Amino acid sequence: MRAALRLVALIVGLALATLTHSQSDDLQDISRLMKQGQHSQALDRVNQYLATKPRDAQGRFLKGLVLVELKKIPEAIDVYAKLSQDYPELPEPYNNLAVLYAAQGHYEKARQALEMSIRTHPSYATAHENLGDVYTKLASQAYDKALQLDSTNAAAQTKLSLLREMISGTNRPTRTAAQPAKAAEPTKLAAAAPKAAAPEAKPATAAPAQVKPVPAPDAKPAAAKAPEKQAGASDEELIKAVRGWAQAWSKKDVDAYLAFYARDFKTPKGEARGAWEKSRRQRVSAPKHIEVELEGIKVGAISGNTATVTFRQHYRSDSIKADSRKTLVMVRVDGKWLIQQERVGN
Amino acid sequence: MKRPANDGHDGISVSAAAAGEREGIYPLVLLRILRALACVLAALALALPVCAPAKTVRPDPTSPETLLNRAFKEIGRQRFDAALEHIEALIRVRPDFRMAHLIKGDLLLAKARPLATLGNAPNGPAARIVDLREEAVARLRAYREQRSSDQVPRYLLQLLPEQKYAIVVDTGRSRLYLFRNEAGQPRYVGDYYISSGKRGAVKVREGDQKTPIGVYHVTSSLPRKKLSDFYGSGAYPINYPNEWDRRQGRNGHGIWLHGTPSDTYSRPPRASDGCVVLSNADLDALARHLQIGLTPVIISEGVEWLSVEAWNTERTSFLQALDQWRRDWESRDTDRYLAHYSPGFAANGQDRDAWGRHKRQVNGAKSWVKVGLSNVSLFRTPGKEEVVVVTFDQNYRSSNLSNVMKKRQYWLRESGRWRIVYEGAA
Repeated sequence: MRAALRLVALIVGLALATLTHSQSDDLQDISRLMKQGQHSQALDRVNQYLATKPRDAQGRFLKGLVLVELKKIPEAIDVYAKLSQDYPELPEPYNNLAVLYAAQGHYEKARQALEMSIRTHPSYATAHENLGDVYTKLASQAYDKALQLDSTNAAAQTKLSLLREMISGTNRPTRTAAQPAKAAEPTKLAAAAPKAAAPEAKPATAAPAQVKPVPAPDAKPAAAKAPEKQAGASDEELIKAVRGWAQAWSKKDVDAYLAFYARDFKTPKGEARGAWEKSRRQRVSAPKHIEVELEGIKVGAISGNTATVTFRQHYRSDSIKADSRKTLVMVRVDGKWLIQQERVGN
Repeated sequence: MKRPANDGHDGISVSAAAAGEREGIYPLVLLRILRALACVLAALALALPVCAPAKTVRPDPTSPETLLNRAFKEIGRQRFDAALEHIEALIRVRPDFRMAHLIKGDLLLAKARPLATLGNAPNGPAARIVDLREEAVARLRAYREQRSSDQVPRYLLQLLPEQKYAIVVDTGRSRLYLFRNEAGQPRYVGDYYISSGKRGAVKVREGDQKTPIGVYHVTSSLPRKKLSDFYGSGAYPINYPNEWDRRQGRNGHGIWLHGTPSDTYSRPPRASDGCVVLSNADLDALARHLQIGLTPVIISEGVEWLSVEAWNTERTSFLQALDQWRRDWESRDTDRYLAHYSPGFAANGQDRDAWGRHKRQVNGAKSWVKVGLSNVSLFRTPGKEEVVVVTFDQNYRSSNLSNVMKKRQYWLRESGRWRIVYEGAA
């Protein structure tokens, strides 16, 4: 039942941000039906909805989920495959397509879909985490072939947990929230995509320099005079801050965790801070337990009140295991280092 | 032709005990390479210093080894996706290449998490993983250590003109090298991955599961039809035990070069009961160059390579010793002649003293002796002892007797001097 709850929340999250009131009402109704376990009715409603808006991305996405609930996996695959063809810039359809492929034991197809998802959104954490699982599964299949073992039993087990977790994991706060293109008009959405996908970094990295022009000139001579001392002191503070953040995350202490993010934190998809916080609350509190370990923490350039910290992050929850390289852009506010930007990958 | 029943001819499986034994002799270098590969696969910022391959071994771009080496190259450059593509291409060509699946698994797993070692299959049977890992290390080592083709194995001192090709096996590196005879000088043609005895090298006893070390030649060809699938595309017996082996009290029989079962691209480095095993494709390629009864097969635990100059010096110096023996025989000065024979000499049931008495008697009855040597081949035996196997056509003429024969001698270098320890009709 928990899985169903999370599914609903997801759809609401997707819908509210982007849709007109009437669309939103329709989709919310469908979500409610799903929440109540009335999947057949939900399917009828979503089909009705799509009869008037056949290309609507939100509606089709929702239909895929309804089909999954109805265990109509091939049909769900069909929905997500077409959706990802029509909206190649959206990572979620690829992700769900991958989950369903994986559920059927088609790990190679799952890998391709996830790689597509990441190609469109390099920092899409869910796809990274899922891809880690799929790679592990593919690796174990290769090992079984190397050792001539029969791998069918192991495959079945992974399948189940993958499916359940990944669907709940599709709760990526939609980037369309910040740029309210109408999902019902695919051309516009597609046109908006390059804007949204590529220049993420621009406004955010430019922002601190503009907002705080004062420390920058100061920092240079200071760094030149006694770079080691200053760096040493700040290094420690930075590492301590990053460790505190990972600890709060591991403890699932959402408030403490969110407190590590600066007020001007650049949300991964440019979504509103509120939407992002909401999704983080959900993602961080959902698993039974979380373990975040950081390895090889390196403090990069410190310039005045900003710094970068890179490390390898080993994330482990009761269902998902993912390793990634992360870079945090940190900013010092009132003597405290906070996260201004979070980047996955190299 | 006898069909050997033992040595080199039973199952593939390697017991855990055998694997354990191997660890004792596991060369440090291999461990180091293994560690280096593991590091690379773990996507750490460590570049493999791969020496540029001097020559393309076999130009065929779709050969499994070419594809594998491309993957190794990309791993060295830390381009794991490209490496994975090559491995996948390789698996398409050779789905029965188990070690390739192992590397593929590592390349995929490296995307998900850091690797602890080479071959990370967590639930597999340990002995089989060890086998595949050793094969990967042997193949990686062959890729990294591709040698410049201007070096010559010390063993091929002089080939007969009709010996078009020669084979040199390195059991330590799991490699077989093929040389072409170019006007007396061995020219490197190619090299191949091989498996050898489960318990290593230096065969002594029947059933000891070791590969013999020495100078041999191919004695026959057993066609595929007459063999079980286990031997693959063919088998080429060699003449173990040779005269020298028998003299050393070594026994056993049925040491062959042969292929692999039809569902197996290659076997682990230590897999046979003494035979030298090649992939079927490699055996077929090799077979085109084999001359039955003629092609030398020198098996070593580690090939000693010489520059052409050093090789020439060794050859010339030995030929001088041989010619001195011939001239001293013609001189009919029996003491000078006998000085070429080791105190340990023995042949045809005669020891050194009996041989000496006999020679003294024969020489005393002659007024002249002429000895002509032709078609001289010289092969140095691998190993610590300095032994050269000499084969020639001997044209002996004297005042009261003449004969022509093919002779074989074993010369041993003792306290700085080459001396004959065995001679007889070849």
